[in-house]
Amino acid sequence: MTGAYLELIRMRFLMMLAYRVNYYSGILIYVLNIGAQYFLWKAIYQDNGTLAGLDMTQMTTYVAVSWMARAFYFNNLDREIAGEIKDGSVAIQFIRPYQYLLVKVMQGMGEGIFRLLLFSIPGMIAACLIFPVKLPANPGTWLIFLLMLGMAFLINSQINILTGLFAFFVENNEGMMRMKRVAVDLFSGLIIPVTFFPGWAETLLRLLPFQAITYLPGAVFTGKVTGGSVGGVLGVQLFWFLALLIPIYAMWRRARYRLFVQGG
Amino acid sequence: MFYAALFTDYMKNYVKTKLTYRADFWVEVLSDLLFQGINLLFITVVFLHTPVLGGWTQAEVLFIYGYFMVPYGIFSCFFNLWGFSERYIVKGELDRVLTRPAHNLAQLILENMDPPALAGSIVGLVIMGSAWHSAGMEFVWYDPFVFVLLTLGSVLIYGGIYLIFTAISFYIDAPTGILPLIWNLQNYGRYPVTIYNRLLTALLTWVLPFAFVGFYPAAYFLDKTNWGAMALLTPAVGAGFAGAGLLFWNYGIRRYRGAGS
Repeated sequence: MTGAYLELIRMRFLMMLAYRVNYYSGILIYVLNIGAQYFLWKAIYQDNGTLAGLDMTQMTTYVAVSWMARAFYFNNLDREIAGEIKDGSVAIQFIRPYQYLLVKVMQGMGEGIFRLLLFSIPGMIAACLIFPVKLPANPGTWLIFLLMLGMAFLINSQINILTGLFAFFVENNEGMMRMKRVAVDLFSGLIIPVTFFPGWAETLLRLLPFQAITYLPGAVFTGKVTGGSVGGVLGVQLFWFLALLIPIYAMWRRARYRLFVQGG
Repeated sequence: MFYAALFTDYMKNYVKTKLTYRADFWVEVLSDLLFQGINLLFITVVFLHTPVLGGWTQAEVLFIYGYFMVPYGIFSCFFNLWGFSERYIVKGELDRVLTRPAHNLAQLILENMDPPALAGSIVGLVIMGSAWHSAGMEFVWYDPFVFVLLTLGSVLIYGGIYLIFTAISFYIDAPTGILPLIWNLQNYGRYPVTIYNRLLTALLTWVLPFAFVGFYPAAYFLDKTNWGAMALLTPAVGAGFAGAGLLFWNYGIRRYRGAGS
């Protein structure tokens, strides 16, 4: 059975390989995005040494690594799931001998691995050559970062699955998917690190799962979080991974009784 | 006249669908506004840490953002072709469009109209108004006319750029993932280009002229002496890009052969 799921990763990976032209242009555009963000922060820093606990070099590293991490964890599982619910093909998935949601995660994983190898790594190399990015010297930091990146993928996929499953309960969740997209970009700390927010907002963001997607891995990578606190942030990720399983399970159970195919 | 009648009919149809999915209309307006709200929040948070951004105050940056929202809303209303390759080429709906007498692009635009996006333009006007007041800017009688002209130019630039990137699906047999990436870049046109280096400024001005959908035209009202001339290029750049987009599209559609199934 595990073999079947692994095969799904491989299949999606190969499928992505067929469309690789998109990804060459993608690297260029991601680097441009990092560049624009870099200059924006440079203008904000001006002659300030440190803002909200990050200096300019750390900020540059944070921007680069966050965008490249996004290239890996980003997927359209919400759109895929909502689409299959709307056109009714999800009904077939109910009777197949595998876990539909797990299949989706595996497909997302195949896409993620593709993006990591052909997108994040070359993009990161390009970003390091152009901008003053400072990579961590300690191999342990790299290892923990990779682990956190994996968790970020899982948590982001869970949020996508939740958004996608809403299609069972509302006729059209297009608006919700759009809302989720901007919410994840801002609240996860991709656009502004969580510590830059005013006190009350920071407290609020720390109570939400989004920070586990971008901010926490980025903070470890840039050396903002070190030593014993690393275990703490890993714990936060693990907590959200487990906590999000509950609403997904509940929704998936209810969905079976709600299935209502529009047209088709 | 023919197109005006089509427009009315599509509009009627749109209202009917929206009355069926009533909640969805409001979720859409809300999500659009939330998206803009998040960007405004970004500006607010940034100015908690610095008094000026590349020499521009918070009120001025907000004014630029307000301006940006106006053409962006109009563009989003009339150019909602995000899933074009997926829906029209892969699933073959373009065949249906091509058998009809109206111009294919006009049909696509009418079919996909998204009026809730205009709410963003209205909010943009409000932000511009309040920033105008707090930045203590002067008002000249012809400003509204210039504003309309510049907005038109900005909308054409948006349309042209996205038309080119949408039409790529005619030339490359793959669902294009480029569009969402380009979409991120447009965000940088709403910050003063004075903060970027020369290469990026040139790129945002001449290659993917997103600076003309936010900063340059807004700067006309903020600082006419330094930026007025550049701002007035907006309609010309708009005409150029819209024309190029249309040519590229028309040429591409002649290559279209159908998906086969």
